[in-house]
Amino acid sequence: MTENMESYPLSLEGDGIPMVRFQNVTKRYGSLVVLNQLDIDVSAGEMVTIIGPSGSGKTTVLRMLMTLETIDDGVIYVEGEPLTHMERNGRLVPASSAHLRRMRSKIGMCFQHFNLFPHMTALGNCMEGPVQVLGLSRKEAEERSLELLDMVGMIEKRDQHPSRLSGGQQQRVAIARALAMRPKVMLFDEVTSALDPEVISEVTSVIKHLVDTHNLTMLMVTHQMGFAKEISDRVCFFFDGAIEEQGAPTKLFENPERERTQQFLNAVLHAN
Amino acid sequence: MEWRWDWVWELAPRFVDATGKTLIAAGGGYTIAIILGLVFVLAQRTPLLPVTLVVREFVELIRSTPLLLQIFFVYYVGPQFGLTLSPWTAGLIAIGVHYGAYLSEVYRGGIESVPKGQWEAAKAINLPIVTTYRRIVIPQALPPAVAGMGNYLVGIFKDTPMLSVIGVAELMHTATAVGAESYRYLEPYTMVGAIFLAVSLPSAFAINVFEKWVRRTLGMTK
Repeated sequence: MTENMESYPLSLEGDGIPMVRFQNVTKRYGSLVVLNQLDIDVSAGEMVTIIGPSGSGKTTVLRMLMTLETIDDGVIYVEGEPLTHMERNGRLVPASSAHLRRMRSKIGMCFQHFNLFPHMTALGNCMEGPVQVLGLSRKEAEERSLELLDMVGMIEKRDQHPSRLSGGQQQRVAIARALAMRPKVMLFDEVTSALDPEVISEVTSVIKHLVDTHNLTMLMVTHQMGFAKEISDRVCFFFDGAIEEQGAPTKLFENPERERTQQFLNAVLHAN
Repeated sequence: MEWRWDWVWELAPRFVDATGKTLIAAGGGYTIAIILGLVFVLAQRTPLLPVTLVVREFVELIRSTPLLLQIFFVYYVGPQFGLTLSPWTAGLIAIGVHYGAYLSEVYRGGIESVPKGQWEAAKAINLPIVTTYRRIVIPQALPPAVAGMGNYLVGIFKDTPMLSVIGVAELMHTATAVGAESYRYLEPYTMVGAIFLAVSLPSAFAINVFEKWVRRTLGMTK
């Protein structure tokens, strides 16, 4: 953290503050710059999809928001409060682990490889967070989890361990597990990339249902262009650690302005 | 020289007693080693670099020097620093620390076999670090570690004769004493070998069964 932190507000005030704000966020691995001075706002209830070639920093955006990665420069705000930093004596300092834990509770994430806990049943996976973190009784946690497993169509498999479930089924349980923590922001990191083509729709239809029925803020990294076009409020095309172009899905997919966006979309559509 | 069954039966009570002591030494030492091993491995995973380095070097030191030397050190060198211990206490400490160092490596292998995605999933539902170890990592690290832990259980049992050198009256010590009294070594040492075999073989089998049971209980079989 080399820069002057005084150019960043201690918190965001006023009407219409974004649910998530990346301000001047940079991430490096050694000399490799993964994200370069990224600025992006996501409004409450908005569904933002991130597309782009591999290595463009898309997944890193989600991982930083989930606090799985630290940032090198800049500040991330969630609900107007700094996530990566906290206020001390009137200035921003890097967040303590207690601050990170408190802020992290606002965010949920689903992973490309599901990452279900293999030694727990579908129900056990969903109940783990509510019981261990939120302090719900087992009964309350079970009720909440069953409701969510029902929503993702997995109620009949509640007593199965992940090894007995297909990829699509595991991913649906993973969505229920994340939702059981009642996050305000949901992150989907290539959640269909590891799935067989015939089960992709199981997962996309659950996400679509979420978009239709819940007022969650969502960020999604995906290679499913059709799906992105169908459900996003906004699509961001990432290239080389920065947003090359962003806009409404119809605009970006049908009428992209930038040459790199056109090249990428052409390549992807040809591959499909 | 012929084998004397009558003498074997005559010696039997002394050997039963010594077998009990051997099992207590192995069991006690193993209990210490299981706990110390966990302490060693967790200490090496703390963010406190000095702690990590000191513990790592200590584990390396223990693994690179003979158990016999460590037993002598605790029993004979300890008193010169004001730490006088009974043969039993010194023996259990030495064997517990020695095998604790080895078990910490077994645990480390088990913990490292847990995929990074499991840690991340635990973080994504905001589990505190202690809960992550207790509920997510250790249950998954256990099945791959059980085989290695079992090998060292048999290993510690087979190393208990080393405690005879500081006068712990386990099997080897008893057999040597019997031999010295009677000038007959065939029966006592053969009995020691038979008893070790009779305990080790079923133990190895039981460990195998236990490992499968752990995997099944944790739902980790396909």
